[in-house]
Amino acid sequence: MAEIHTAPSRSLRGFSALLVYPRLVWVWTRAMAQYPASLLTLSLAQALISLSELAALFFVFSHAGRLAGFGLHETLLIYGLSGVAFSLADLFMGAVERLGEHIRLGSFDTMLVRPVSPLAQLAADGFSPRRLGKLVPNLAALVWALGEADIDWTAERVLLVPVLLCSGFVICASVWTIGACIQFVVADARELANSVTYGGQAMTQYPLAIYGADIVRTATYIVPLAFVSWQPALYLLDRPDPLGLPEGLRHASPCVAVALALVAALLWRSGLRHYRSTGS
Amino acid sequence: MRLHLAVFACGLRRYSTYRAATFAGLVTNSVFGLINATILLAVFAARPEVNGYDATDAVTQVFLAQALLAPVAAFGPPLGLGERVRSGEVAVDLLRPAHLAPWWLAHDLGRSAFSLLFRSLPTFAVGALVFTLRLPQGPAHWGMAAVSVALAMLVGFALRYLYALAGFWLLDTRGVNTAAALLGSFCSGLLLPLAFFPDLLGSSLRLLPWASMVQVPADVFLGKEGVLGGPLGGLALQAAWAAALLWLCAALTARATRRVVVQGG
Repeated sequence: MAEIHTAPSRSLRGFSALLVYPRLVWVWTRAMAQYPASLLTLSLAQALISLSELAALFFVFSHAGRLAGFGLHETLLIYGLSGVAFSLADLFMGAVERLGEHIRLGSFDTMLVRPVSPLAQLAADGFSPRRLGKLVPNLAALVWALGEADIDWTAERVLLVPVLLCSGFVICASVWTIGACIQFVVADARELANSVTYGGQAMTQYPLAIYGADIVRTATYIVPLAFVSWQPALYLLDRPDPLGLPEGLRHASPCVAVALALVAALLWRSGLRHYRSTGS
Repeated sequence: MRLHLAVFACGLRRYSTYRAATFAGLVTNSVFGLINATILLAVFAARPEVNGYDATDAVTQVFLAQALLAPVAAFGPPLGLGERVRSGEVAVDLLRPAHLAPWWLAHDLGRSAFSLLFRSLPTFAVGALVFTLRLPQGPAHWGMAAVSVALAMLVGFALRYLYALAGFWLLDTRGVNTAAALLGSFCSGLLLPLAFFPDLLGSSLRLLPWASMVQVPADVFLGKEGVLGGPLGGLALQAAWAAALLWLCAALTARATRRVVVQGG
């Protein structure tokens, strides 16, 4: 009796996406490495852009000793946590923001006919190690701040630093994916998503308390960017929340990350199900 | 002249069809304006004045910078010319019975004029709704502010045209464009008003062409001393850069187009 081939189960497909993503990334990295001079200058320029933002933070602090009660090293800790999370998300998931362009050009249809997860293809598309240039200055700022800021280093805090960074990365990557899903509905809304992705980065680089209670509540309960750098920093510095939100929130980053990733996955699936090609 | 007016109108009409993108850009500019303004207001909570700027000046400059971002394109996007050099489509541009630089100037001014009306004005209005902004006093001051914005658009075009011309030698202008975005945000006063920079650095950067896109128009608009003394000095600086850079555009175009090799096939 002939064996009937069935499509792999849904869980298996999710697993294959995780396997194929690193391979696509490696293919694109090798492609980019064909132009070493271009790759090097682009990476350097990215690093300089990050450094110029860091310089702006130092200029701001040369005029104000403290912002909303946070000193230079404490703000640098917040800046570093946010910068590392966002540049990791940009490195691995940043390409999803070009979904609208792929839809318009029809290249998204090409991705759909391939037997590989379209999200993995989209995220890996044009993967470029030049984005590491953005990560390095942010990481340096974070390491410096972790050393200089007044942190009571218990075993728990040491162990939780990587967990907090991972949660931040997952939150940012999910926000990026959700932003891309908007483009299933409005194809040229890329910049709209930018106001949450890059805008979110700009906002979480400084102590959230400066934005006032309403915005902090929005960034905690609606678009949970507060869990990228603000709540983790309050935990590491062991400071009371200046806006009086519940103390338990500072331990919630990993749960928020998992929940937001699920929301992003659901939105992506529903976007994919309702997707109709531009027909050109 | 009639030809260039037609090209200008085409540029204007082309961008007027991207309505969702215009709205999205406007939201992004406003969000960044609100974020940057709040950060600077936190500085002014600690002290009333920084290098002659008070809180109102700083917030006004933040929203001016966000409003000017689209018309002068200090942060990009690059001129389409660079990509046309890489793909070879520039050969078609060169076949036209019109000079390359004025053609692209007319086209880009069409784009800037559209974004001035539909991105700059609404962005600035959002700022004025949320914060108290400082406006020019009297018709003469308004006139100078308008001329300053127009000159900023010319400088913005000339710089992007020069970046694109680099493509005739480099073929791939992505590296140049990334460097341009860095210079355009840091040296122009977009990332942070130059008044907040260390004195020597701030006043040196004000003299460079990038400052003529954001910081100098802001100085004129706010009626600040600037680096050359008053709004007239600022306008003179901008006019000098616009003239020098446009001359350079014309001179380099002639040299660049001699390098074009059109592949058959």
